[in-house]
Amino acid sequence: MNELIDLLPKLWQATFETLYIVGLSLLFGGVGGLVLGLGLYVTRRGNLYQNRVVFGVLNVLVNVFRPIPFIIFLAAAQPLARAVLGVGIGNNAIIFTLSLAATFGVSRIVEQNLLTVQPGVIEAARSVGAGRLRIVSTIVVPEALGPLILGYTFIFVALVDMSAVAGYIGGGGLGNFAIQYGYRQFNPAVTWAAVLIIIIIVQLVQFLGNWLARKALRR
Amino acid sequence: MALISLTNVSKTYPPAERGGERVIAIDDVTLDIEKGDVYGIIGYSGAGKSTLVRLINALERTTSGAIRIDGRDMTALPERDVRRIRLGIGMIFQQFNLFNSKTVFNNIAYPLRVAGADKKTIASRVDELLSFVGLTDKARNYPEQLSGGQKQRVGIARALAASPSILLADEATSALDPETTSEVLALLKRVNTEFGITIVVITHEMDVIQTLATKVAVMDAGRIVERGDVFEVFSNPQQASSKRFVSTVVQGVPSRDEVLTLRQRHRGRIVTFSFRDGDVSQSVVFAELARANVGFEIVYGGINDIQGQVFGHLTLALSGAATNQEEALTNIRSHITVTEAGL
Repeated sequence: MNELIDLLPKLWQATFETLYIVGLSLLFGGVGGLVLGLGLYVTRRGNLYQNRVVFGVLNVLVNVFRPIPFIIFLAAAQPLARAVLGVGIGNNAIIFTLSLAATFGVSRIVEQNLLTVQPGVIEAARSVGAGRLRIVSTIVVPEALGPLILGYTFIFVALVDMSAVAGYIGGGGLGNFAIQYGYRQFNPAVTWAAVLIIIIIVQLVQFLGNWLARKALRR
Repeated sequence: MALISLTNVSKTYPPAERGGERVIAIDDVTLDIEKGDVYGIIGYSGAGKSTLVRLINALERTTSGAIRIDGRDMTALPERDVRRIRLGIGMIFQQFNLFNSKTVFNNIAYPLRVAGADKKTIASRVDELLSFVGLTDKARNYPEQLSGGQKQRVGIARALAASPSILLADEATSALDPETTSEVLALLKRVNTEFGITIVVITHEMDVIQTLATKVAVMDAGRIVERGDVFEVFSNPQQASSKRFVSTVVQGVPSRDEVLTLRQRHRGRIVTFSFRDGDVSQSVVFAELARANVGFEIVYGGINDIQGQVFGHLTLALSGAATNQEEALTNIRSHITVTEAGL
């Protein structure tokens, strides 16, 4: 227990790092996933920009990258991170790779939620002469907003999970903290402290997500 | 020139499966709809009514043929120009298709925003429409807080927002109960009479045609099999398929099965008298039966009123001497159409 008290500054540092990694990954991956998901949705057969070739390419792309276990993806994508950022290790490298992985995951969630929008509603917008871009931004996304918020909440929790392996490429965060100071030092109290903080973060975000989704759905 | 003019319009869809047959939804339809008409398009589901109406505002593109709206051929125009014309064609739907993420106000404002109207214009036009459909107090509500009839009234207001000259109604009352249906029909009638908006109404409900339509076309398997005045088509359908459809919405001549059921109860001759406004009155016909000493019982049928014109079919089981029956029927045949139920 005394060790834990000594480690408190490091614990707060790790908490901050986790929030930093996950927050930025959610931002970049969220935007990337939204774009890719919209691409999948609109090019799907019978939709606004239906295009078999583009849909096929995007679909295969997502199917190839999404199932790769993150720790392997992290290793495999390291050269790419190095090429883009100039550095293949540390928090920024993990944010880069995590954003990339999240893009593929988010895209499916976005696509699935947009598909729940009733085709009749889109038809109604078309019938008053609305253009396709306007329909996507003013009808399709707002109509699916509630489920989209829940989808992003789900992704946040998944990112907290994935970010725990940051230590493997020299990143920080609660995962690294738990392994380095808890597991490797035979100090379960330290491990459990990290777990507790992760639980609190996830709970808070889940409450926030539920609240926002309820507001969007008005129920 | 007709406001809406379809010339040899066809629409086929690619086969559902590889190697399957192409699906012919609309098969060589030619149809003129004049300004101010309320034109009913009726037929069984799957007859192509919904597709036809979506060709008019180019939600679906034709495979061949021309569709002219006020003289402009929609099929020859690029999407950008078609969108501008669509602002002049309102549409309402069976499932209302309101935007659930928007308030009633914003639903109705949507077409105006698409048209690029400014804030002030939008606010005053939406208020005007809300009071026209009687929902002024619901402006800030969301669609899920409304009843079915209220939803459709919002749908109508939204369709009218950009001041269209045409309103397309796709089974607009089919999801409503009878009382709400008549409210919505009354509202549509006002849309036609007060604003002079031409309405194309797709339906399989007799009520809609009876109270609203001035002209009607019957569709079957992608073709228009019969068209004309509502009264003409309903009181005296010519084609087999329109007869079949009319008989499902108007209780008229009994079908084969129904004749069999009637036969079990009535041994004698069974005949159907068809009355039409302008023909001879019922009392003259029944007087002929009484004069020849023929007894009768009305066993099937009904009398219909289409915008003040009356027609109907009454099926009678006759009793009395065969020669008397023959004599009475000969006289009656000179007044009206008599159909003999087969044995």
